[in-house]
Amino acid sequence: MMETLWFMLVAVMIAIYVVLDGFDVGAGIVHLMAARKDSERQHVLASVGPVWDGNEVWLLAGGGTLYFAFPALYASSFSGFYLPLMMVLWLLILRGIAIEFRNHIDSLVWKPFWDVTFGCASALLAIFFGAALGNVVRGVPLDNANEFFLPMWTNFGVGGNVGILDWYTVLVALAAFDTLLVHGALWVTLKTAGDLHARARRLAQVGWWALLPLVVLLTWASFEIQPRLSESFGARPWGYIFPVLALAGLIGMRVLHRGEIAAFLCSALFIIGMLTSAAFGLYPYVLPSSLDPHAGLTVYNAAAAPYGLKIGLVWFIPGMLLTSGYFIYTYRNFAGKVNLERSGH
Amino acid sequence: MDALTIHRLHFAFTVTFHYIFPQLTMGLALLLVVLKTMALRTGKEHYNRAARFWARIFGINFAMGVVTGIPMEFQFGTNWSHFSRAAGGVIGQTLAMEGVFSFFMESSFLGLFLFGEKKLGPKAHWFAGFLVFLGSWLSGFFIVATDAWMQHPVGFQFGPNGEIMLSSFWGLLLNPWLFWQYLHTMTGAVVTASFAMTAVGAFYLLVKREQDYGQTFVRVGVTAGIIATCLMLFPTGDQQGKNIAFMQPPTLAGMEGLFATQAGAPLALIGQPDTDNRRLDNPLVIPRALSFLTYRRWKAEVKGLDAFPGDRWPDNIPLLYFSYHIMVGLGTIFIALMALAAIQLWRGKLFGQRKLLWLLMLAAPFPYIANTAGWITAEVGRQPWIVYGIMRTADGVSRHVAAGNALFTLIGFMGMYAVLAMLFLLLIYREIDRGPEVA
Repeated sequence: MMETLWFMLVAVMIAIYVVLDGFDVGAGIVHLMAARKDSERQHVLASVGPVWDGNEVWLLAGGGTLYFAFPALYASSFSGFYLPLMMVLWLLILRGIAIEFRNHIDSLVWKPFWDVTFGCASALLAIFFGAALGNVVRGVPLDNANEFFLPMWTNFGVGGNVGILDWYTVLVALAAFDTLLVHGALWVTLKTAGDLHARARRLAQVGWWALLPLVVLLTWASFEIQPRLSESFGARPWGYIFPVLALAGLIGMRVLHRGEIAAFLCSALFIIGMLTSAAFGLYPYVLPSSLDPHAGLTVYNAAAAPYGLKIGLVWFIPGMLLTSGYFIYTYRNFAGKVNLERSGH
Repeated sequence: MDALTIHRLHFAFTVTFHYIFPQLTMGLALLLVVLKTMALRTGKEHYNRAARFWARIFGINFAMGVVTGIPMEFQFGTNWSHFSRAAGGVIGQTLAMEGVFSFFMESSFLGLFLFGEKKLGPKAHWFAGFLVFLGSWLSGFFIVATDAWMQHPVGFQFGPNGEIMLSSFWGLLLNPWLFWQYLHTMTGAVVTASFAMTAVGAFYLLVKREQDYGQTFVRVGVTAGIIATCLMLFPTGDQQGKNIAFMQPPTLAGMEGLFATQAGAPLALIGQPDTDNRRLDNPLVIPRALSFLTYRRWKAEVKGLDAFPGDRWPDNIPLLYFSYHIMVGLGTIFIALMALAAIQLWRGKLFGQRKLLWLLMLAAPFPYIANTAGWITAEVGRQPWIVYGIMRTADGVSRHVAAGNALFTLIGFMGMYAVLAMLFLLLIYREIDRGPEVA
C-alpha cells in the first residue's frame, strides 16, 4: 500500500518535472529555429531565465524521493544506464551554463556560441530522456542481483540484442523530442509577441502534425514490445483514463490553438497522460526485465523499509505544500509576456 | 588503476570542484542579508548597490553550484550502487529533504531576489534575500546530515537481507556527530565569503577606485571574518575534534600522525608520517598538547594507530595527516590575519595600510584550500568505511561499472570542469572590473 502510494508520488513528481523542465528544454529546442535576432533570443531566454532552475529542482527532488523510497531501483537503473546518464549530466551542465552565462558578455562570438550550446544541449536532452523512458518501458536485461549494464548501441536488429539505443528507444526518443518541441514552442508562443511569437506558433503546428504518426507508431510499438501493458489495461480497465487524458490533450492542442494558455495546458495534459499511461501500464513493475516477463524490479522488491516510507510522508506532504506555494507565487510574479525592461535578465 | 580507485577519484574530483561554489554562496548569502539589513536600517542606496554587486557574484557562483551539484546526487546511484541499494532508505531521506525543503526555496526566491527588486520593494526584497540564505543553510544542513550519518551511523537497523533500514527519523536528524560538523562547515563557508568580500574591497582600495565600496566591503568582510575565523577554532573545531576522538579514534590517530599509544601525547606541528616504519619523520611537536586538547588533561592517554588492527586504519594516512595539518595551519593564520585587520579597522587605520590590504587581497584563495582540506580530512578519515564501522568503501562501489567506463567519464568531467573554471574566473573578473556602480 505504502509502496504504491510512493510509486504514485514519484510518478507525479517526474511528470511535473517533465512538464516544467520540458517547456524550458522545449524552448531550447525551438531557440535556434524560432528566434533569429539577438533580441528575440533574449526574449526566449528571459522566458525561461527566472524559472528553469526551479523547474530542474523537480529532477533533483524527484530523484531524491525515488532514492529513498525505492533505493534498489535507484541503484540498479543509475548504474546500469551509467554512460547515458553521465551524458545527461554533461548536457544539463552545458544547458544551465548557456542560459546563465549567455547574457554576461555582449559579443558577436560569445552570444551565438551559447545560443547554439543551449539549442543543441536541449535537443539532445529531450532525446536522451525519451530513450531513457523507452528503456524503462521495454525493460533491461536484469541479472539475479537485479543489476545490468547496457551497451549504448545495438546492431539495430529487431528484438534480440537490445541496447540503450535500439529501434524502439529511438522511436520513443523522437516522440519525446517532438513532444517537447511542441511544448516549448507553445510556451514561447505564450510568453512572446511579434515575429518570434508567429514563428513559434508555426513550429508548434508543424510539430503537432508530426506528433500524430509518432504517437500512433509509439503506442503500437509499446504494446508490441511490452506485453505487460495490455495485461495491465485488461486487468484494470479504469486505467484507460490515462490514455484518454493524453488523447484529450493531443486533440485539445489543435482545437484550442488560438488560446495560448489553453494550448500550453493541453500540451501539459498530453505529457502527463502519456507518462501516467506508461506508469500505469508497467505497475507494479518499475524496471521490468527484458529477459523474463515475470522478473524485474517491482514497487515491492525495490521499496525501502516500511518505517522510512511512513515517516517520509510526514515531511513530504508539508514540503510539497510549501513548494506549491513558492511555485504559484513565482509564476504569478513572472506571468504574462516577457518584458526585457522589467525582467533584467 | 583499479575500478575502486577510479570511482573514488570520480566522486572526490567532482565533489571537490562542486564545493568551491556552495562554500562561497552559503557564506555570501549571510553577508548579503547583512548588507540588505544595513540598507534597510540606514536607508542608504550605497548598501543596496553593494548588495546588488555581490548578488551578481552570487548568481554566477550559484549557477556553477547548481550545474556541478546535480552530478553529486546522480553519482550515488551511478558509481556507488551497492552503497545506495543498502543505505538509500536512510540517506535518501536527507537527500530528498534537501531537494524538497531547500532547493525549491532557494531557486524560487533567488529568482525574485535577482530579478524582482523593483517589483518587491525594499522589505520584501530583504525577505527574499533572507529566504535564499535560509534555503542555502538548510541545504547545508541536509547534506552534512547525510555525511554525518556516513561518519557516525545512527537510527538504523539491519533488515533480513542486510539492507540498512531507517528506524529513527529524529535519530538521523539529531545525530550527535551532526551538530558540530554542521556549525563547523557553515562557519567555514562564512570564512570563505568574508575573505572574498574583504579581498575585493582591498583590491578596490589598492587600485584606488570604488573606494567607498572598498571600505564597506573590507569593513563587513573583516568584521564577519574575525568572528568566523575564531568560531572555526573554538568551539566548532574543538568539538568536532572531540567527536572524532570519541567516535573515530583511529582517524584521530591518523590525523595527528600518532603511531604509538601514549600518555601525555604530543601535538605534531610539522612532520611527515612514515607508515612503513610507523613513525613521524622530522617532527616538531608541542609536548603533551594532544592529550590536553582531547581530554583536557596533560597526562591523559591517547590511543595511537598501534591500538587498532591494520584493516581499521584510514587507508591513506599521509593524505589524512597533511590535509588536517593544512586546514589547522591555515585556520591559525586566518585568525592572526583577521585579528590584525580588525585591530587596525577598530583604530580607523586599516584603509591606509597598503601592506595589510595586500595581504588581505592575496588571502582570498586560502579559505577555499582550508575548506577543501577539511573535507578531505573528514572523508579520507572515514576510510576504509563508506558507512563508518558497518560498510566498507570497497563494498559500496558499482561493481558492474568497469574501470574503463568510470575513467572515461572522469576524464570527461575533468575536461568539462576545466572549461567551466576558466569561464567562471573570466566572469568573476569582469564583474569585479565593472564594479558596484554599474546598474
